[in-house]
Amino acid sequence: MAERVAKVFSKPLPRLMAWMGPIVFALLLVPALAGPYQTQLFTYGLIFAIAALGFNLLLGYTGLLSFGHSAYFGLGAYSAAFMVRYLGVGSMEMFIVGGVLLTAAVSALFGYICVRHTRIFFAILALALSQVLWTVAYKFFWVTGGTDGIRVAFAKMTLLAGTVNFTGAGAYEKFVGYYYYYVLVLFVFCTVLMWVIVHSPFGKALQAIRDNETRAQFVGVQVKRYRWFAFLISGTFTGLAGVLWVPLNGLVTPDILYWPFSGEIVFMAVLGGFRNFTGPIVGAVVFNYLKAYAVASTQYWQFMLGFVLVVLVLVLPTGIVGAGSKLMEKIRGKDKAGAEEVAR
Amino acid sequence: MTLLRTVNLKKYFGDTRAVDGVNFTVAKGEFLSLVGSNGAGKTSLVNLISAYLIPDEGQIILDEVDITRSTVNDRVRAGISRSFQLVNLFDDLSTFDNVALAIFSRQEKTRNPMTLADNDTEVTEEALGLLRQFGLNRHRDVQARGLAQGERKLLDVAVAYALRPKLLFLDEPTSGVSTRDKLTIMDTISHVVRGGNVTAVVIEHDMDVVFKYSDRIVAMHEGKIFADGTPEEIRRNKEVATTLIGAAFTD
Amino acid sequence: MDIFIIQFLNSVFYASILFLIAAGLSLIYGVMQIVNMAHGSFYALGAYVTAWAIGTAAAGAPVALLFVLLPVGAVAVAAVGAIVEPMLLRPLYNRPEEYQLLITFGLLLILEDVMHFAFGGVPLTAGAIMDATGTFPVSSLRYPVYNLIVIVIGVIAAIGLWAFIYRTKFGVILRATSQNRRMASALGLNVKQVYVLAFAMGCFMAGLGGAIVVPSQAAQLGIGVDALILAFVVVVIGGLGSLEGALVGALLVSFVRTAGIQFFPEIELAVLYLIAAVVLLIRPTGLFGKA
Repeated sequence: MAERVAKVFSKPLPRLMAWMGPIVFALLLVPALAGPYQTQLFTYGLIFAIAALGFNLLLGYTGLLSFGHSAYFGLGAYSAAFMVRYLGVGSMEMFIVGGVLLTAAVSALFGYICVRHTRIFFAILALALSQVLWTVAYKFFWVTGGTDGIRVAFAKMTLLAGTVNFTGAGAYEKFVGYYYYYVLVLFVFCTVLMWVIVHSPFGKALQAIRDNETRAQFVGVQVKRYRWFAFLISGTFTGLAGVLWVPLNGLVTPDILYWPFSGEIVFMAVLGGFRNFTGPIVGAVVFNYLKAYAVASTQYWQFMLGFVLVVLVLVLPTGIVGAGSKLMEKIRGKDKAGAEEVAR
Repeated sequence: MTLLRTVNLKKYFGDTRAVDGVNFTVAKGEFLSLVGSNGAGKTSLVNLISAYLIPDEGQIILDEVDITRSTVNDRVRAGISRSFQLVNLFDDLSTFDNVALAIFSRQEKTRNPMTLADNDTEVTEEALGLLRQFGLNRHRDVQARGLAQGERKLLDVAVAYALRPKLLFLDEPTSGVSTRDKLTIMDTISHVVRGGNVTAVVIEHDMDVVFKYSDRIVAMHEGKIFADGTPEEIRRNKEVATTLIGAAFTD
Repeated sequence: MDIFIIQFLNSVFYASILFLIAAGLSLIYGVMQIVNMAHGSFYALGAYVTAWAIGTAAAGAPVALLFVLLPVGAVAVAAVGAIVEPMLLRPLYNRPEEYQLLITFGLLLILEDVMHFAFGGVPLTAGAIMDATGTFPVSSLRYPVYNLIVIVIGVIAAIGLWAFIYRTKFGVILRATSQNRRMASALGLNVKQVYVLAFAMGCFMAGLGGAIVVPSQAAQLGIGVDALILAFVVVVIGGLGSLEGALVGALLVSFVRTAGIQFFPEIELAVLYLIAAVVLLIRPTGLFGKA
């Protein structure tokens, strides 16, 4: 019996479910235990985790560093806002469908331009393209609302195909609670989906490209094509995060397309550890809290970000999760040595 | 039966004639050694045939199909595979994953992002089988960068072989390895490759290895082929000896 | 007709600045294979320091003194570069290139806020020099003499840099090290020294670009990243690591930008990117680039 259980859990997907289970259970309890402010803050963390997860498909798994991911996040956000302002739509599901389609299309286009080039030009081009979008959002203010932005009020929104709305007394608390679970479900979905992708033959091919582009070619992997596809998936995940972000923030402005936000996404992945699957998730959640408390205490937030990034690169390049697993190995190593001692 | 032939193949690097009108043929099922001093053009020839370089003149014909203008990917799919002089592996992937990837690619399964690689028993078993054949099985979960030099060389060959090519090019598979390990490695390679009925062209400097394992030897010098024959014929060929070693071979 | 002459002069003026920045970026990449994400911020720092120095000295000071103060920004930036390289870049020589990009990006963030902190949010200018040098007539209009001075500086810089790299002993050392670091080291060249000097030189050029632009355009927050993006477009078009490429790219970008601002002000950036994209499609390493 024990053997059969062990066999089931030696397979990757059940093992994933096993350690995700308790975490998801804990996450389910958050709105009950925390007030609306904390719940909302945590929701932001989950949203950024989706964005960072998408970003890291390119960095951690394909070896492509993009300083332009704010483009996809912002596109997702603006697409929802446009649907509110110009189409009078309020359904969250419509926002998601529209946002995903738009960011997929733009990722496909931008990806085509970017992946034809070496990794250094890639980083430059990704940044430049996101700046184009920012300029467009900024200058075409009669369409995008310019620096005033476009409002997305939760009172006018619905979830679950119109069955849940947020009007009347206690609407804000209701929204925060429901929205948290909505985002949580999507977060779990995205995590499992990305996990499958990186553990698929496609995911292995991406890692091969990351490790040795030439050899990958000589093994029959068409490097540009695979990079492009990874770019498409990456941009779409980040775009979805953008769509989810906007109802919570209530407002979208060109700031979300500006390069510092791209830098924050990069930072999240590096902070958590971009060579681990869970690194970006941890990094996003931790960063979210750091930012919330740091921005409150200083206006030189960029300096802090830059400083910590430099320290991370020099001292802790594997990030929180990377350092954590090294620590675990050392402890286990000590345990093993201890057991050997006792055995003697 | 000729599997591959080149017609008057030429490649220049400025004034240097790396490959200077080469008519190279490989017969199906052969185990052929390509020898010559440094700079003779051996690696350039292999680079041209595997599409790492584009020829300035001449043709490359595989199974009577002109592949001169085809891409790297086309040639891989047509059945040409190669290993590299300086070991070229996926360093952060495990030994197992290195080989499995080649198999996934061969079966065109790498397009699929929605199945789990580890669940593919067909590929897993083939990969494990190959690792066993190359003696790398106990390192299956070790990262490629963590292997010893001799093992890395073997893995490099295993990855190329995992593509089950029609024609396998091995660029100095024993270079940088201690003398004791050279023969072991070459034994393994020869055994697996012949056992799999794969046609192989091996670039090699160590003449002991060359004489022991080859069906046929092709000697190059300054971009041209100047000798071509069985190990006995080459052994008797004083010109080859002088060019390669500077003295006649001793038996 | 006058407008065209003015716009032509403006383009060449701006090209001088862009050339300095892009050449510095290319130099650093050519020698060290590092893309300096903080390069635009060094340009901005040069602008700020010079504007501050001249602004502090300005009241009633002789024009000559103001001119002497101009390079202060460039020297300050070079000094910062000479400190930054051994501290932040040397530890990463053998690491994958992502880490270098990340650390120079961190440096960008740090510098932007350092400038914010040191110089405040208000734009600084060194207009005193502009006023002091006056204008000269271009048919019925008048054009600042200072802009011509900048163009001359740009030309001198281009010639000087070319001579330095191709005609001096240190230039040979630079080129040798950029070709093959290990080989150069085996030949007894002190690679660390070469790298620090190359980086400091690259930063000096960016800082000089900022220093000489500041009498004409104010130093303010955000010019760093704007400059970085344009410099990137220049090296993408001209080719990373190439001096000629930086020159040609700077001229091309500058002229397109001037024409764009004149005729399509909303999308002049988009037109530039379009051109960059087209160049990349035809020649992926840029017009003069090495792979």
